[in-house]
Amino acid sequence: MEHQKPHVFPNARKPGELLFAIIILVLALFLISQIGNQTTWLPRKGLAAQPRLWPLIGLGTMTLFGVLHLWRTSRNERTPGRWREAAIWLSSLEFVVWYLIYVASVPYAGYLLSTLVFCLFLTWRAGYRSARYFVIAALFALCVVLFFKTALNVKIPGGAIYEFLPDPARPFMLRYF
Amino acid sequence: MDILFSSLSIIARPDAILALLVGSIGGVVVGSLPGVGAAVAIAILLPATFSLEPIVGITALLGIYGSSMFGGAIPAILINTPGTPVNALTTYDGFPMTRRSEGRRALSLAYSASFFGGVFSILCLILLAPVLASIAPMFGAREIFLAALLGIILVTLTHRGQIMSAAMLAGFGIFLSTVGLESTALTQRYTFDLTFLASGIDLIVVVIGLFALSQGFVLLVRPDTSYSLPAVSGRFIQGLAELLQFKRIAAFASSCGVVCGMVPGVGEFMSQFLSYSYAQRTSKTPELFGKGNPEGIVASEAANNSVPAAAMIPLLALGIPGEELTAMMLAVFYVHNVIPGPQLFQHQMDFVLALYIALLLLNVLVIIFLMFSTDLLMQVMRIPSRFLGMMILTFSLIGVYSLRNSLTDCAVAAAFGVFGVILRRLELPTSPIILGIVLGRLMEDKLRTAMARVKTPFEFIDRPIAFILFVMIVLVIGLHIYTVVRARRQQRESRTETVLDA
Repeated sequence: MEHQKPHVFPNARKPGELLFAIIILVLALFLISQIGNQTTWLPRKGLAAQPRLWPLIGLGTMTLFGVLHLWRTSRNERTPGRWREAAIWLSSLEFVVWYLIYVASVPYAGYLLSTLVFCLFLTWRAGYRSARYFVIAALFALCVVLFFKTALNVKIPGGAIYEFLPDPARPFMLRYF
Repeated sequence: MDILFSSLSIIARPDAILALLVGSIGGVVVGSLPGVGAAVAIAILLPATFSLEPIVGITALLGIYGSSMFGGAIPAILINTPGTPVNALTTYDGFPMTRRSEGRRALSLAYSASFFGGVFSILCLILLAPVLASIAPMFGAREIFLAALLGIILVTLTHRGQIMSAAMLAGFGIFLSTVGLESTALTQRYTFDLTFLASGIDLIVVVIGLFALSQGFVLLVRPDTSYSLPAVSGRFIQGLAELLQFKRIAAFASSCGVVCGMVPGVGEFMSQFLSYSYAQRTSKTPELFGKGNPEGIVASEAANNSVPAAAMIPLLALGIPGEELTAMMLAVFYVHNVIPGPQLFQHQMDFVLALYIALLLLNVLVIIFLMFSTDLLMQVMRIPSRFLGMMILTFSLIGVYSLRNSLTDCAVAAAFGVFGVILRRLELPTSPIILGIVLGRLMEDKLRTAMARVKTPFEFIDRPIAFILFVMIVLVIGLHIYTVVRARRQQRESRTETVLDA
């Protein structure tokens, strides 16, 4: 393996850095333009007691340094690959979708079944197609449920699907899985 | 002595010891996984400890916080990839030693130096505790405001080369802390008439999004990586004896860690760089630094592992976190109804001492665990990165969803996760956002309280500690401007000389 010194404080402009600087500055400018509508100025109150003061400080800092960050970034030498980098950022949205489907399914399918399906699906999606990985993923899902829901009793709702179970099994599954 | 017995009775219970054991070993394991780290583990496990008793929940997470850096040295030395960011300097000398088949020696020294740093800092703090107990009551609203302001300035300025982006993200964090229903005049701020924003943006949701989910997404979107590990065999106990040869460096590095840890916003990086440059400057073989000099490993590991205990000082005494991990520990204390601040040192000194004893115990537990389990940890490092991403996403559900069983919280966390992906890809810092949220809330509250009793601006700094803090703020900013101007001037002069030479 090639010995490379770890990169601690970068100086050159990375692909997508200018794009990010522009996006965050636009966001800051939009938010600061809404300060009149979204915050209140109380008459006969001191500056420190004004509800508008701290959003203004936060957004003012964000805008001022956002401008300086953009100015500094634009002066650095460009590294090609801006849109390829943006595509990588956007590709994470796919996993956001799977994650939210997983969360949304818990109150219906129950924590055990949802976790099992999520782990197996994501293992397949991540490119691990051998039986060994599926077995490890299923065992991992089972351990997570047993540790957090069964042992630690973490607050996760029981699945609606458990209502179809016969009487002795229903409260058991609702409580532990 | 009564306080000592009282603190021992707080910690000496089977569930607290078990939590400490699980936390310590868990911390080493997550620390040894490149790209996971303590922040991810604490973020995920924090809501899972809600149902536990405060001391049990706190010791479990304290275990992770205090032990992750031990584990982070393993991939830093063996595969040139720091397990946690603060192990970066360990790669400089650790990996070259592995390449010349001295991996076991490097690991052994790293464990011993970390252990020395950890124990040294805890002993310093136990000795300092009475002093702190007498100083802490002198911190009123204005002193805490100024200390928090100093903290956020230092957090920004220590991101050398990234100061603009760090300040911008700290501003974003301060803004996030203001969203929702404001508590004194009960007015809405930046809710855009959305009901879910009325209660504000939960720190834990942001933390899980920025640290855990973003890491999961990053691992899943990039190609799989797996590491080929070098063979490391033999015993690890020799490092403790070898450390005696480097006791001067270990002591200096640990002292640096204690001092840097106590100043909010400075932390591990500064202490490491100071001790590493000291070790290099005073070494008989400075040319070997970066090529596998054991002194470099000792300087780096003793310095970074002495910080966590010291960083608990501003956190416990003033409620001011210095970096993202202590910000998370602050959330840990709050959810378990332990309110850090001057009163804690005045009225619950036994609890503070119990935490130090827990830290001391975890260092002992971890060094014993590492002496016998390094081979096992090397197997953990073989988990493929995309599979690890899947595991992190699965764990993240517990962190966010168990808060309020809210799909909206998960969606907000996922949004911060995507934002975290961008920050990670661009190597921009995430800690200023977290500190902006925590310190922004604190500063707003304390400034409002302080200004109610202040008539002129000078009255704000007319108390000794407030004045010292104000002078420190002016000095820090002044010194930074001076160094920037000097660096620019030197750069310009060298450019002129180059032109004249040509």
